[in-house]
Amino acid sequence: MIDKQVASVAEALAGVLDGATVMIGGFGEAGSPIELIHALIDQGATDLTVVNNNTGSGEVGLAALIQAGRVSKMICSYPRTTNSTVFPKLYRSGRTKLELVPQGTLAERIRAGGAGIPAFYTPTSVGTPLEEGKERRSFDGRDYVLEYGLKADFALLKGLAADRYGNVIYNKTARNFTPLMAMAGATTVVQVASVLPAGELDPEAIVTPGIFVNRVVSVANPAHESVLVAEGVSYP
Amino acid sequence: MTDQGTTLGLSRDEMARRVALDIPDGSYVNLGIGIPELITKFVPEGRELIYHTENGLLGMGPAPEPGQGDPELINAGKRQVTILPGAAYFHHADSFAMIRGGHLDLCVLGALQVASNGDLANWSTGAPDAIPAVGGAMDLVAGVKSIFVVTKHCTKHGEPKLVSACTYPLTGLGIVDRIYTDLAVIEVTPQGFQLVELSPGATYEYVQERTGAPLLPIAEPGGASR
Repeated sequence: MIDKQVASVAEALAGVLDGATVMIGGFGEAGSPIELIHALIDQGATDLTVVNNNTGSGEVGLAALIQAGRVSKMICSYPRTTNSTVFPKLYRSGRTKLELVPQGTLAERIRAGGAGIPAFYTPTSVGTPLEEGKERRSFDGRDYVLEYGLKADFALLKGLAADRYGNVIYNKTARNFTPLMAMAGATTVVQVASVLPAGELDPEAIVTPGIFVNRVVSVANPAHESVLVAEGVSYP
Repeated sequence: MTDQGTTLGLSRDEMARRVALDIPDGSYVNLGIGIPELITKFVPEGRELIYHTENGLLGMGPAPEPGQGDPELINAGKRQVTILPGAAYFHHADSFAMIRGGHLDLCVLGALQVASNGDLANWSTGAPDAIPAVGGAMDLVAGVKSIFVVTKHCTKHGEPKLVSACTYPLTGLGIVDRIYTDLAVIEVTPQGFQLVELSPGATYEYVQERTGAPLLPIAEPGGASR
């Protein structure tokens, strides 16, 4: 019998090694798997390359992982957000490197990585500083830049509900990068507010089919980053 | 440069209202942060626009009533929003397929500088200690059918933002179609900046004096130009 549900967030993170590339779902706080990120801090893996659109806020979630010195490199599009103070400090001190990627290119690189496409051409960034060092090619009279697919050892994600097969649905704009990262992770872990009996999710409504998911963990009342930040919480 | 312009020119709301007049009914629109966000307040009666936000929503509505929002229903500026009837959620690859694939009709953005060839700089001042952050700006300008810029005509130090060549890092090449400032509406043409409309009280000379590249005057009926 297939049952991808694991008992705890700690169990969900078994096997994350030092030096791993970890994709973390979310756009700002929407879709951020805070409990999985905190479990990763507890788990202890370090020298991580983290892929996320942003760099977290306050001293919880992704910002806490960066603060703990576990992230040697961020791949993201927008490392400046309200209440984002941890990353700028470590970036300026040279302790965390940054690969800045236009947001749509980041999404497509992740999608490509999960879809078996090693690289693709995009018109985004032609003629800008973010084109530097990249191959340019013309198609039908327009210039495009070569970008490479991205894969990860682990993808840490958040959904609204799942079943034991790993089928996932999402909450509103918390979907964002998550279905793409689910495809690109060698081991894809999803925390959900509820795990439903098989057959309860409408097959027409499933966004991430279970084949892309390896582990499901129930986190019944997930924290919201903005609430934790407002309360002044610092993790651990 | 004279000092008489301190009260001349449109307010932020008036600039947004002026842009709103030019957006056709039925357009799919992405609005940047700042003055572009104000446009939704001024869409003329009878026109229906559909607002896109990069983080996966078509049919975005206004901010929620206090306490009624969902931290997972936000816009690209990470502020809470609502949805309108007919809205759709989607993931980031679909969202940027809409952008890059030329499915969105219009994007309205702010600017640090616009060049007379349509080059745009709006994501970085290139300052050595700044944290670089680009978001979706480069994808938007590369893919959306029309790009409008709405901005003050000059910086707060009085430097022109409309220039012959951008000195800040570029967002995209030759992609700006129209510029709406507090002083004028200007079209980017193969010949350079073409004045389309002056704000109340502004003269051609006044606007040209504050523009860092030649400004083609409004052509008058009968061939005379001024």
